[in-house]
Amino acid sequence: MNAHLTWATSARVLRQIRHDRRTLALLLVVPCLLLGLAAWVFDQTPIFDTVGGPLLGIFPFVIMFLLTSIVTLRERQTGTMERLFTMPLGKGDFVAGYALAFGLLATIQAAIASLFAVWVLDLSIAGPVWMLIVVAVVDAVLGSVFGLFLSAFAATEFQAVQFMPAFVLPQFFLCGLFVERSDLPRALELLSDVLPLSYAVDAMKEIVSRTDPGTDVAGDLLIILVFVVASIAAGAATLRRRTA
Amino acid sequence: MGNARNVRNAQKAGHAPDQGQADRDSRTDRAGGAAIRVQDLRVVRGGRVVIPGLSLDVPTGQVVGLLGPSGCGKTTLLRSIVGVQIVASGTIQVLGQEAGSPGLRDRVAYVTQAASVYPDLTVDENLGYFASVLGIERRQVPGAVRKALAAVDLADRGQDRVGRLSGGQLSRVSLAVALLGSPRVLVLDEPTVGLDPVLRRDLWDLFHRLAAAGATLLVSSHVMDEAGRCDRLLLMREGGLLADDTLGGILAATGCSDIESAFLHLVDTAAAAPRPGTGEETR
Repeated sequence: MNAHLTWATSARVLRQIRHDRRTLALLLVVPCLLLGLAAWVFDQTPIFDTVGGPLLGIFPFVIMFLLTSIVTLRERQTGTMERLFTMPLGKGDFVAGYALAFGLLATIQAAIASLFAVWVLDLSIAGPVWMLIVVAVVDAVLGSVFGLFLSAFAATEFQAVQFMPAFVLPQFFLCGLFVERSDLPRALELLSDVLPLSYAVDAMKEIVSRTDPGTDVAGDLLIILVFVVASIAAGAATLRRRTA
Repeated sequence: MGNARNVRNAQKAGHAPDQGQADRDSRTDRAGGAAIRVQDLRVVRGGRVVIPGLSLDVPTGQVVGLLGPSGCGKTTLLRSIVGVQIVASGTIQVLGQEAGSPGLRDRVAYVTQAASVYPDLTVDENLGYFASVLGIERRQVPGAVRKALAAVDLADRGQDRVGRLSGGQLSRVSLAVALLGSPRVLVLDEPTVGLDPVLRRDLWDLFHRLAAAGATLLVSSHVMDEAGRCDRLLLMREGGLLADDTLGGILAATGCSDIESAFLHLVDTAAAAPRPGTGEETR
């Protein structure tokens, strides 16, 4: 690992996104629009106050997952990855460079979405707003490194796009958004215990419902960070300098 | 004079040359030795034997053409030499080190057949990124980028988005990346395909200037016309070598007047021989 190479890679990825204005706009606006739609749907009910927080954790995760899996797949297919691997770039530099770039984008995205939810949509949260933003950012980073890892198993864009329903939607059902995790059938509850999105939603629920959620949120964040590090390591392990 | 060249080569060897390596380079240069040495290479892709067993040497400081029809294994051989191909058996030494080893990564440049650059970045941004990956110091990046672009006649296109360039310009951007950081060995997969004849001539002149400065170039092409531009030729067919000689040598050995007929002659001879495709008959 080399900080200079990691940063050079991040800067390159960010430049690519910057040239693609529409992607940048979608990245920042879509989560807000979805949250606004949810708030409108639940307008006459108190439900938005319970699902708003968890959704803030889920949207950045999903969007970043898709974005990274496509962009890394493209890098494999256009031969730039092969070229980079004939150069003095480490696999760790490559993966960390992507994680850092998308982490920065995720921070902006999550911050905008969180502030929009609290200020514009009047999402009432008991805990501090900054904590909401921190969890949303970590979720987004998790989504991007998870997408990066899974993209190794996709040979085409058709496959990569379908990894979203295959690997993300099940977590959506099991994370406690629809049914409390403790009320799930035992087998599904155990399964939800090993899925990262469960902890994202747990943390969001704590922040929404409790004035002093610090220690529980810290515990959830720690688990999510373990998933992040594991995805980075697994992502780097799936990269091969030599291919058939 | 030979010494001066060797010193320059040693300095060019990279931003962090290890002295032992520089010495080894100098020795190979002095001896006129091989920059690339392939021994008994065997490559299997998807259950199909692409290269059954191939040995060759590419001498230092020359422009060597790898000629053969599409699908004969040229790209697989080049990928093996730069160390991104899984090989079944055999050894490949580049500048005295095992192909693909970390010590070679800023000294061997590889240009793939399809342009490996980022279409959504500008030309300058592409070269700037690869320059930093190659470890060129930040202050020297703009100069290195300018020099590489001038060499491929794209000096005025630095601000253009790569995705908007023509196919020929795209492959020249990809070639320019390989010229960053003064590599000692350049492995170029069909770099002149589809280019305007004037530009093609200019690029071959550039290849020879690089070789005169001590670099070794292995350039593939499926266009037999380019044979005359190379110091030496490797004629390849069905994963084996038909010939490894100068153009003059091949024409003399086959009694043909042009490379196309020489190629056909060699194919016929190989078909008649007991061990086809090993290149034994022409050595």
